[in-house]
Amino acid sequence: MGQQTTVYVPRETAAVSLGANEVAVKLAALENVDLIRNGSWGASWLEPMVEVEVDGTRIAYGPITPDDVESLVDTNFLQGADHPLRLGPTHEIPYLIDQDRWTFHRVGRIDPLSIDAYTAFGGFSGLKKALDAGPGAILNELRTSGLRGRGGAGFPTAIKWQTVAEASGEQKYIACNADEGDSGTFSDRMLMEGDPLSLIEGMLIAGLAVGADKGYVYLRSEYPLTRTIFIQALSLARKHGWLGQNIQGSDFSFEIDLHLGAGSYVCGEETAMLESLEGKAGLIRYKPPLPALEGLFGKPTVVNNVITLASVPGILALGGERYASYGPGRSKGTLAFQLAGNVKRGGLVEKAFGLTLRELIEDFGGGTASGRPLRAVQVGGPLGAYIPEADLDTPMDYEKFAEIGAMIGHGGIVIFDDTVNMATQARFAMEFCAVESCGKCTPCRIGSVRGVEVIDRIVANENREANLALLDDLCDTMVDGSLCAMGGMTPFPVQSAVKHFPTDFLSPDGENT
Amino acid sequence: MAIRYDATIASEIINNFDTKPEMLVQILHAFVARYAFISDEAIRQIADELNLSRADVHGVVSFYHDFRTTQPGKRIIKICQAEACQAMGSRDLTEHAKKSLGINLNETTRDGETTLEAIYCLGNCACSPAVMIDDAVYGRVDKRRFDSLTATAGAK
Ligand SMILES: Cc1cc2nc3c(=O)[nH]c(=O)nc-3n(C[C@H](O)[C@H](O)[C@H](O)COP(=O)(O)O)c2cc1C
Ligand code: SF4
Repeated sequence: MGQQTTVYVPRETAAVSLGANEVAVKLAALENVDLIRNGSWGASWLEPMVEVEVDGTRIAYGPITPDDVESLVDTNFLQGADHPLRLGPTHEIPYLIDQDRWTFHRVGRIDPLSIDAYTAFGGFSGLKKALDAGPGAILNELRTSGLRGRGGAGFPTAIKWQTVAEASGEQKYIACNADEGDSGTFSDRMLMEGDPLSLIEGMLIAGLAVGADKGYVYLRSEYPLTRTIFIQALSLARKHGWLGQNIQGSDFSFEIDLHLGAGSYVCGEETAMLESLEGKAGLIRYKPPLPALEGLFGKPTVVNNVITLASVPGILALGGERYASYGPGRSKGTLAFQLAGNVKRGGLVEKAFGLTLRELIEDFGGGTASGRPLRAVQVGGPLGAYIPEADLDTPMDYEKFAEIGAMIGHGGIVIFDDTVNMATQARFAMEFCAVESCGKCTPCRIGSVRGVEVIDRIVANENREANLALLDDLCDTMVDGSLCAMGGMTPFPVQSAVKHFPTDFLSPDGENT
Repeated sequence: MAIRYDATIASEIINNFDTKPEMLVQILHAFVARYAFISDEAIRQIADELNLSRADVHGVVSFYHDFRTTQPGKRIIKICQAEACQAMGSRDLTEHAKKSLGINLNETTRDGETTLEAIYCLGNCACSPAVMIDDAVYGRVDKRRFDSLTATAGAK
């Protein structure tokens, strides 16, 4: 038998959606190949990206479609030979080396379902420290890190955990929000597919910190591959004593259940998610009480996003101060930005806060995929404002974004070229709200339906000025009178579209004044 | 082929979730996985066994997009309608799909082969437009790729 060569082909939704499974089957059939199905490094524009380990260095080729495999094999790629699709050593790809990989430092690198690979790259060292240090020290480290929630609202994680830790009651829960409903976002998915054990470790640390022994992960049903991989990761962790009774011989026990969402955007809102986890329709709850005090089944509950929780093991392992050394002002640490829509080099870019939106879109993203001029960018999901090209120099910073009436949210960046019609996008924002509204309050339920009608009338040039004023009033009512951000923030994309792109709201017959 | 409803198997499914009302959403998923939709019979039986009213179960079923209440086609095609895919032409793609299948969104072809549905985000936003056929996600689906996928993928 000849020498074995290790070849990596991602088992990750984007790569698989472009043929990675077929590529993997073909490569696995070669003699002397050890195939590893890794996560994606995040350069989705290069997927399926195949890597070959040559003398300890990983050489990348991509994008490799199933049709390219034959020519790859013919050029002796197992020795790292040249080929039109050869990208060179993975660790020299500029898109990747220019990042600040904290939460994603193992993603792409390792086999997501290998405990050995996980621990070889620092896995479980945060939990071990946490087990030794105890709840008070965990909370201190978290406070020092300045970590804020990555699900959208940016609430300081340490304060949330402390509230749950101090709440009275025997039973407490950790509920991980993996609903990832914002269009243009996929970081939760990439993390759970590429390094699921880090989420499990983060949840364990949260459990230790607040005194919870049970966790739930609420995963959107639109992610079937993520589900399969995460279920495999849970059983792997159980088998190796990282979940269940007396974890690694300690007196700490913790279990995690995986629940699926069912196609409702509003169930990403934390109280609707809790309702859904209890088996009910996802109606928003009134706050107070805070979920931290009365959450799942009425018990004190930590609700955190996947990326928030998966950032914690590193904070424990390397120290909160190290994390806080990234990023300006009150936007500490890193965020996994996601470049999506009409962008040449789409994918995941984890960077310290503070770089500008333009740097992300131009330096990493390479501009639009169509090659046409960029016209608008929506950051932070369907409730985020549309940003015109003139504001692209805004730094990625929670407060700086608030100043321009925008939000960073979960870090999704959706790029549109100059073929976009912003009245159509504004109409969609209202329509989406009408479809997804939980129906509990009138400004959202009725206002969104009215909003669609009013925009239609504006574009049709019926009582234009009066209807523009009406749209403004309607938006104000939704902002002021909605119970949650679904109705309360839908006006942001709408009003930003009107403000920055007024010509799109003129009627096509040009009769407007 | 439609799978005939079977009360014993339905009971087993509910049992797999310890007959707990808080597992209702998960139970409904398991029913959809088996029967492709939630029938009136299913609602009745789930309500009985979980000790809930039929209205309760119906309320949950109607709240969630995933729980359709009519028999879909053998193959279900979902086209992402959210912003990242819009930026890459999903509206055109959807029109093309409707025209080539001869149906609107949320309809099934007359031969019972294909159901077309809207979906809001498959998390494949760097490779838009995204389409899901049964459980498989496809990226960068232009009209040509749509035609070749629907000619082969998912046909059972
Ligand atoms: C309509 C709506 C949808 C939301 N969707 C999500 C989501 O998909 N994932 C998420 O983590 N947070 C989502 N959020 C934010 C959550 O309510 C909550 O702030 C978050 O899960 C808390 O976790 P974090 O502090 O770690 O960010 C959503 C909020 C609203 C109003
Ligand atoms: S704003 Fe909309 S989604 Fe939020 S509670 Fe009111 S009706 Fe429900």
